[in-house]
Amino acid sequence: MKHETIETNAGWLIVLTLLVISVAGLVEIVPLYFIDDTVEKVEVDGKETVRPYTPLELAGRDIYQREGCYLCHSQMIRPFRDEKLRYGHYSLAAESKYDHPFQWGSKRTGPDLARVGGKYSNEWHVQHLTAPRSVVKESIMPNYPWLVKTDLEYIDIADKMRALKKVGVPYSATRQEFDNNVKRFGKEIAQELDINAAEDNLIAQAESKNYDGERDNISEMDALVAYLQVLGTMVDFSKFEDGHFTKFR
Amino acid sequence: MSRRLMNNPQVNIMSTDKKPQSTQTTGHAWDGDLQEFNNPLPRWWLWSFYATVVFALIYWVFYPAWPIGKSYTKGVMNTVEYTTAQGKHVVTHWNTRALYEQDMQAARAAQAPLLKALDQTSYADILKDAEKLKFAKSMAKVLYADNCQACHQAGGAGIIGKYPNLADDDWLWGGSFEQIQNTIKEGHTGMMPGFKGRLDDAQIDAVAEYVLTLSGQSSDAKMSQRGRQIFEGEGGCISCHTQKGTGNIAMGSANLTDKIWTIADVSAAKTALAKRAAIHQVVLNGVTRKMPTWKERLSPTEIKMLAIYVHELGGGK
Repeated sequence: MKHETIETNAGWLIVLTLLVISVAGLVEIVPLYFIDDTVEKVEVDGKETVRPYTPLELAGRDIYQREGCYLCHSQMIRPFRDEKLRYGHYSLAAESKYDHPFQWGSKRTGPDLARVGGKYSNEWHVQHLTAPRSVVKESIMPNYPWLVKTDLEYIDIADKMRALKKVGVPYSATRQEFDNNVKRFGKEIAQELDINAAEDNLIAQAESKNYDGERDNISEMDALVAYLQVLGTMVDFSKFEDGHFTKFR
Repeated sequence: MSRRLMNNPQVNIMSTDKKPQSTQTTGHAWDGDLQEFNNPLPRWWLWSFYATVVFALIYWVFYPAWPIGKSYTKGVMNTVEYTTAQGKHVVTHWNTRALYEQDMQAARAAQAPLLKALDQTSYADILKDAEKLKFAKSMAKVLYADNCQACHQAGGAGIIGKYPNLADDDWLWGGSFEQIQNTIKEGHTGMMPGFKGRLDDAQIDAVAEYVLTLSGQSSDAKMSQRGRQIFEGEGGCISCHTQKGTGNIAMGSANLTDKIWTIADVSAAKTALAKRAAIHQVVLNGVTRKMPTWKERLSPTEIKMLAIYVHELGGGK
């Protein structure tokens, strides 16, 4: 094909330009879908420990995204010693395999949150989200006082789970899918992943854990704290010897 | 040069002003006379480009590069060796996770003698050893900032009503090295019941006045006397705070006889009424505070170093 043919034909020019600029992406990304080790296998006693979010955690994740937390907080600990000392074990690809979209990133105006789960008490989170400077003086994080006052809207929680199921998150709708989840995650977790019981599960978790300390309602704070408290807690690294996850790279 | 180029006035000007050049055009004309030079690329750029190509070829050989089916080329003659904390020796192809393990190993090796020495030395002896103490405190300073400061604040200042001050002389759960170490390791749940519904407002006010008496700050002896009867009688306050009001570290109940306050902000209250009101609120609503357990996140040595750091903040016993 001659230079002139391409330059004088808009159709060819568009097609070939797109091809050229996508080469790098195609070569770098596509093979990852076929390579076995891309997403690490994390199993303890034959059960997968990285699981999709429960309905309440999922609702909390939506609040996290609505408030734009990702603009200042990444969720990806890189394999460097300084990161390990501050945040904990480096993040595994497996730990964000059910995230759509993922919350990785390199923009850290605030600290990384990949392993914030369990580090602080629920009360601290409520206090800190409502008025960050009341606990961390030098913080520049905005106040989120409405979270604790706003009722969580969860009427569409089952639909959200159905949508995520379409992109590969193993929430179950049928008996067969449920049984499959029992095999993969164990019965207790499989029940949390059942779309048919989504709303009941959400209410049950919010009421039993009562993350925001207010008994009367299920607030957005309940959901957000539930989400924050699960971050980075699904892989128990004490069950794997040091360097176990090196073999996947 | 083609005829068309010769006829182009712009090109003619350029070629006469500067020294004669052998530049060719791409050979096609737009809108009749608009043409493109086909200049050679700058030499330095071209060679840099060739250099990157050569670099890529070398990189493909020595580093993980090409996907092949379900796996990929791992690179030749380029391995990383490390020994894990459990003593397992591993040789693997070059990758960043292995480099990380190598880094961790080097740091472990560098710190091991000092950490081991801390493990085997008693608190009293560490205090006497300037080098060990300095190491423990500088390690713990970072640990404190990452793990404790969010609640207990810089320098252990705490927040009245929420998180205890660690720099003063008052210890709810004990201020010896061992007691601090145990508190960090196991965590604590501090609980004082609220007296809403059990005592009425006037009774609570009287109790509050008596609590002020305990630290010598009362201004109403009669009311305080009534308060004492409730404190020791139907209020049942003495079962945790003791008869003298000095508290009990076994259950983390506060010493009410000093002027250090952890929940009710009496020190900040200016008037006698405000002081009483601050205590009133605490008696009315009660207190529940939780110190998390750290034994899963921190190693025993890290906890020991933190205990030293907290003890040395100013108030250690």
